[in-house]
Amino acid sequence: MSDLANKLLFLPERASTFADRIDFLHYFVVGTTMVASAGVGLAALFMFFRYRRRVENQTTEYVVPNLKTEFLFVSVPLVFFLAWFAIGFRDFTWFTTPPKDSMDVYVMGKQWMWKFSYPEGPNGVNVLHVPANRPVRLLITSRDVIHSFFVPSFRIKMDALPGRYTQAWFEATKPGTYQVLCTEYCGLSHSKMLAEVVVMAPEDYDTWIKEQRRGRLQDRQDALADNSLVPGTARMAEQGQKLAGTQGCLKCHSVDGSQHIGPTFLGMYDRMEHLQDGQNIRVDEAYITQSMMDPGAHIVAGYQNVMPTYQGKLQGPESAAIVEYIKSLRTANVREGASEGPAYDPIQ
Amino acid sequence: MQSSHSASAPGGAKLAAHFASLDVQKHAARLGMWLFLATEILLFAGLFACYAAYRFLFPEAWAASSRSLDLLMGSINTIVLITSSFTAAMAVHYAKEGKNKLVGHMFFLTLLMAGAFLVIKYFEYKHKFHIGTLPGRYYFYDGIQVPGAPMFFTVYFASTALHAFHVIIGMTVLAIIMVRAYRKGDFGPNNYTAVELGSMYWHLVDLVWIFLFPMLYLV
Amino acid sequence: MTPSSSIAAPGAAPGHEAHHDEHGDHPSYLVDGTTVKSWLLTVDHKRIGIMYMFWVLLFFLVGGIFALMIRLELLTPGPTIMDAMTYNRTFTLHGVVMIFLFMIPAIPAIFGNFMLPLMLGAKDVAFPRLNLLSLYVYLAGAGFALWGMLNGGLDTGWTFYTPYSAHTTTTVAPVLFGAFIIGFSSILTGMNFIVTAHTMRAPGITWFKMPLFVWALYATSCIQVLATPVIGLLLLLVSAENLFNLGMFDVARGGDPVLFQHLFWFYSHPAVYIMVLPAFGVMSEVVSTFSRKNIFGYRAVAYSSVGIAFVGFFAWGHHMFVSGQSTFDAGIFGALSMLVGVFTAIKVFNWVGTVYKGAVEFTTPFAYFCGFLFFTVFGGMTGIAVATVSLDVAWHDTYFVVAHFHFIMVGATIMAFLAALHYWFPKMFGKTYHEGWGLVSAALIILGFNATFIPQFLLGNAGMPRRYYEYPERFQALNVASTAGASLLAFGFVIIALYLTWALIYGKRVDNPWGSKGYEWLTASPPPTHNFVGPQPTYPEEPHFYVDPKKAEVSDAV
Repeated sequence: MSDLANKLLFLPERASTFADRIDFLHYFVVGTTMVASAGVGLAALFMFFRYRRRVENQTTEYVVPNLKTEFLFVSVPLVFFLAWFAIGFRDFTWFTTPPKDSMDVYVMGKQWMWKFSYPEGPNGVNVLHVPANRPVRLLITSRDVIHSFFVPSFRIKMDALPGRYTQAWFEATKPGTYQVLCTEYCGLSHSKMLAEVVVMAPEDYDTWIKEQRRGRLQDRQDALADNSLVPGTARMAEQGQKLAGTQGCLKCHSVDGSQHIGPTFLGMYDRMEHLQDGQNIRVDEAYITQSMMDPGAHIVAGYQNVMPTYQGKLQGPESAAIVEYIKSLRTANVREGASEGPAYDPIQ
Repeated sequence: MQSSHSASAPGGAKLAAHFASLDVQKHAARLGMWLFLATEILLFAGLFACYAAYRFLFPEAWAASSRSLDLLMGSINTIVLITSSFTAAMAVHYAKEGKNKLVGHMFFLTLLMAGAFLVIKYFEYKHKFHIGTLPGRYYFYDGIQVPGAPMFFTVYFASTALHAFHVIIGMTVLAIIMVRAYRKGDFGPNNYTAVELGSMYWHLVDLVWIFLFPMLYLV
Repeated sequence: MTPSSSIAAPGAAPGHEAHHDEHGDHPSYLVDGTTVKSWLLTVDHKRIGIMYMFWVLLFFLVGGIFALMIRLELLTPGPTIMDAMTYNRTFTLHGVVMIFLFMIPAIPAIFGNFMLPLMLGAKDVAFPRLNLLSLYVYLAGAGFALWGMLNGGLDTGWTFYTPYSAHTTTTVAPVLFGAFIIGFSSILTGMNFIVTAHTMRAPGITWFKMPLFVWALYATSCIQVLATPVIGLLLLLVSAENLFNLGMFDVARGGDPVLFQHLFWFYSHPAVYIMVLPAFGVMSEVVSTFSRKNIFGYRAVAYSSVGIAFVGFFAWGHHMFVSGQSTFDAGIFGALSMLVGVFTAIKVFNWVGTVYKGAVEFTTPFAYFCGFLFFTVFGGMTGIAVATVSLDVAWHDTYFVVAHFHFIMVGATIMAFLAALHYWFPKMFGKTYHEGWGLVSAALIILGFNATFIPQFLLGNAGMPRRYYEYPERFQALNVASTAGASLLAFGFVIIALYLTWALIYGKRVDNPWGSKGYEWLTASPPPTHNFVGPQPTYPEEPHFYVDPKKAEVSDAV
């Protein structure tokens, strides 16, 4: 039944949980649209035949709607539209909230290719490998202009914005190869900015990624990668560690939990921080990236606003590597939920 | 041409052929002016939105850069502009009484103060070009090294330049009315719409500055 | 192409001489002064409307040629007739010309200018000289834009999204500046109409006796006055960014790329209603005239125009569901967008209600009305569909969106434009066209339009993104269908151009061929310079009152 509907509407194959979730609403909305427009069109035609003009300068009755009719005119469409909105918003909220156990992949758009990097390697260009039946979160950014990451079979799309991260997630349901298209106009070769998602059975994926990480199979894609940005198959966290040294992060941030000019990196990821302005914030990828690019935006209580910005000093993948490095320094006692984070004493 | 046949009504005001009466014509002119002022306010509203967004993103840069502006010059300019609005309002008052000479004098004073405003603005700009607090990539000031400071000056220059442009337009309008008051002297109790509209425009220019001044200099 | 091309020398048309004699000292506006100067410096709203018509139709031709070039290019998956750069410029110019030079001034500046004073029983608009100025401002802006197009053109898409528009090497600034100037023309027209509606109504025409076209123009004008300055400022900032690197949207210096989108859609979403509300107004007049019935639910239709104009200001974020704006914002904008749909639905139901118990004559304008009804419901409801947040994740920036807004802009607005052109052709020129050819071309256009854009909905479902120069081969069949439809559509327009030009010169003289009781038909066709000769007509109870005076005044409510 729904296969037939897909064929009629030219919808591509459904290959993600999100697609399974929204396609019903799609049929409902498009179906109602077709019925309503045909209905109104036919009503007009019917009335033309029923009430066609018999004599020239024919007079007519003075007909106006009563309250009941007007109420129907307003309420019937309103009920439909609000129902669609409610269902749509519920699914949208689901789409914008990735599950906690999702696997992260960094996505960077640049004119005119997509780069994918896994937190622990490898990196790839234009081919994204993911396991089936596991939620995957994409942390998307752009190096130049706005792009948009679109996989028709998954029904997902998210803009890639320069200077900030957006996120999208999906859970592929069937192994296979699915096309990725750029849907935000980005210049000359916009229409050639294609990539693909290769969905593998979970066990195949595990084998694949192990081999990648061992570095035995140098992926053909990696040879294409821009080596100035991403050093081969080096693990992202390792690369981040190196960068943290060379960029001077470790001059102010310790990695062993001791207090210094800035908050320690140890256990920083996913911690709740008290901010200077009294608010709390959970440290996530977005906060860490923002703190590198615009350190003054959210100062942890008890620290001075002394950190220089790394805007322009770190490339997209480099800041991602540092984020991964910080994530690798999670301590065992990270608590979940609305816990109070550690409090800091002011520096003497 | 077709509807330029106009009739003279008592009091010197001219009634264009397509209006029912002089009152309607005045009402129309005033309504049109209010709509135009609404348009102008929305023009600046776009800039205010940019200001708000970037202030939210870079509060430190905003604070630091705002402190670097010359508060004294800004305050003098504010006083000058508010006073010029007062003289413009006086001109309307005199126009209603038919004292054309005073109308001219009042507008002359307004123009003088508008000129003073622009001169002070010129010195402020000159200083900024000198020390390098300039928009975007032209920024080369060492005193404030907070991210977002160049953005403050982008907003600063965009909004003050647009405002200065409005000051110049306003001055042109008032100058034309001033010349008419001196030369023709035909303003009177039934014919002061031109003075009123010109003065309304000038109040708008003043009002925009009253918003810009605290936004840029004080907070 | 244009029926108005021969208007430049209206005195040359035979038949006008006779007309001149009929009215003696009160010649029709077409012949009151036959020099070129008398046209170029006129302050008569009717002549200004006619001059607008000439230019706007010219730009429609230009935009149409761009559209055909796009469709030809997309005939095959690879390069067909042009390279990628040319293609990118072509779709940008198609958008810019169609929106800023054709669609926005089309109905208000031509038919609004011509009909508004007639419908209010006024001799002219409130500010006739501003009206003329707005025409020349429009032409100046168009000149800038054309100059930019001829000197390279720009390749940003008509949405001019930063940071791309700030960095592209094509000539962005002249076209943006041109659009900025045209904005002023739009503001001037809007101000003029609002003041006219407030102050120039003839005795007896109260707010709720104004024809619905006037209500629609009033709502449109409010949007023009309030939204246009924002995009004017934005276009200036982007030009400055592109020319001098001012830095307002420069990401490397902390600029926010999404801020541009917010400001852009704050204008450009209401702008959609600038384009479509006048179309709704035209259709209210047409359906009433050709069913010889009062509008069913007059107040509901009038209020819903104002309602759309108001809510339209708060729905812009639905263009940005996947641009990283928060889920909460998406929810608010999504919910508010639904209200626009409800207001539109009210109008649709009331139009259908107007035909009920009417006396319908199936003429060319009524044929366009039927097409319009279908397109508005389909286009409007697919608009609700793309405003449904979760579905928009898949549809955003695909051909589904392209098809949706063409259904509204072409399906609703151009149908209404053509209906207005046919309905008011006798009013403007005092002549009539060949009804048979009118129906043939209407059929061609409605069919061609469906054939062009229904495949594009399906392309969007299949996942084809917009602004693609090349596309994967699986999309080809539908693209070919769409291109075929477009040629049918173009053919329909050629027929219209031919028979209307013919009618302009050799058409049969008529005064009120529809027997319409709209206020604008109370004066002669074409109207004399000051619209009325002798005492002003007295206005009946309401426009479009077709009740037999002998029958009781009892109104039965349904």
